[in-house]
Amino acid sequence: MKSLEDLREMRKEVEKEMQTRKNTNKPKVIIGMGTCGIAAGAREILQAVMEEMDKRDLDIEVTQTGCIGMCEKEPLMDVKLPGKDRITYGNLNKEDVKRIIVNHVINGNVVDELVIARLEE
Amino acid sequence: MKELALHVLDIAENSISADADNISIEINESTIKNRMTIIIEDDGKGIKKDVLENITDPFVTSRKTRPVGLGLSLFKAAAKRCEGNFNIESSNKGTKVKAVFKRDHIDRAPLGNISQTLISILLWDKNIDVQYIHTYNNKQFIFDTKEIKKELDDINITDGKIINWLKDYINENISEIRGGEFN
Repeated sequence: MKSLEDLREMRKEVEKEMQTRKNTNKPKVIIGMGTCGIAAGAREILQAVMEEMDKRDLDIEVTQTGCIGMCEKEPLMDVKLPGKDRITYGNLNKEDVKRIIVNHVINGNVVDELVIARLEE
Repeated sequence: MKELALHVLDIAENSISADADNISIEINESTIKNRMTIIIEDDGKGIKKDVLENITDPFVTSRKTRPVGLGLSLFKAAAKRCEGNFNIESSNKGTKVKAVFKRDHIDRAPLGNISQTLISILLWDKNIDVQYIHTYNNKQFIFDTKEIKKELDDINITDGKIINWLKDYINENISEIRGGEFN
């Protein structure tokens, strides 16, 4: 079983990696975590984003927000690339998240059929 | 909500909105007494007395955008339908929410994914400290972010690798004290 001893080892690894990462202009992902979002599966959407980040070694800023009044379209996730429009995706499942991360966050191509709103920069 | 852990996440987010620095989450399970108790306590700014009286009414919320709030109402309803009870206390020093369930009640939702709930809280606000105390009969697991942060020193608790490690650490320890029980 894992112990805090292992955590110390992990810390050393992370410390080395930190030095190679830059912190400016990261892509942003925002997940709706109000009661409506949580009930619709937003926690699993957040988990899927974290898994993709880990798998693909991505440096993304992930934040959460409360209810924004589009409860019927939850789970919601926004993607904001530096200098680009903020795109809101809705009615998501874990597979959609993978597509959005690969197509939009990594390659810059908006996944049109999942978009429910667009906020111009 | 499909899991009790989702209620915990929802209530903890109220604590974050109330500018809490510390959230304590306590889960007590007794198969002997056939009871399951969940307590979420914070040191946030609290709920005003006149609001508190009707707080579990779905048409009461502190949110400004719409006059409907469901989180506490849903949690109370979940406890009530399991022959349990629900209580909320609040002052300007913080808020304490307590829900008690009859453990083997057919309508009791499974505890669910506590580690993902705890991690979602940390990812929401890395400055918040969470103390999680889970007791199952005579076994106990305590997870305290203050202790973790001390080990991590200047490394961020929300770093992807650290988060993944914590997830497994919490899962393993909970399934250990619960003897592999899923519900």
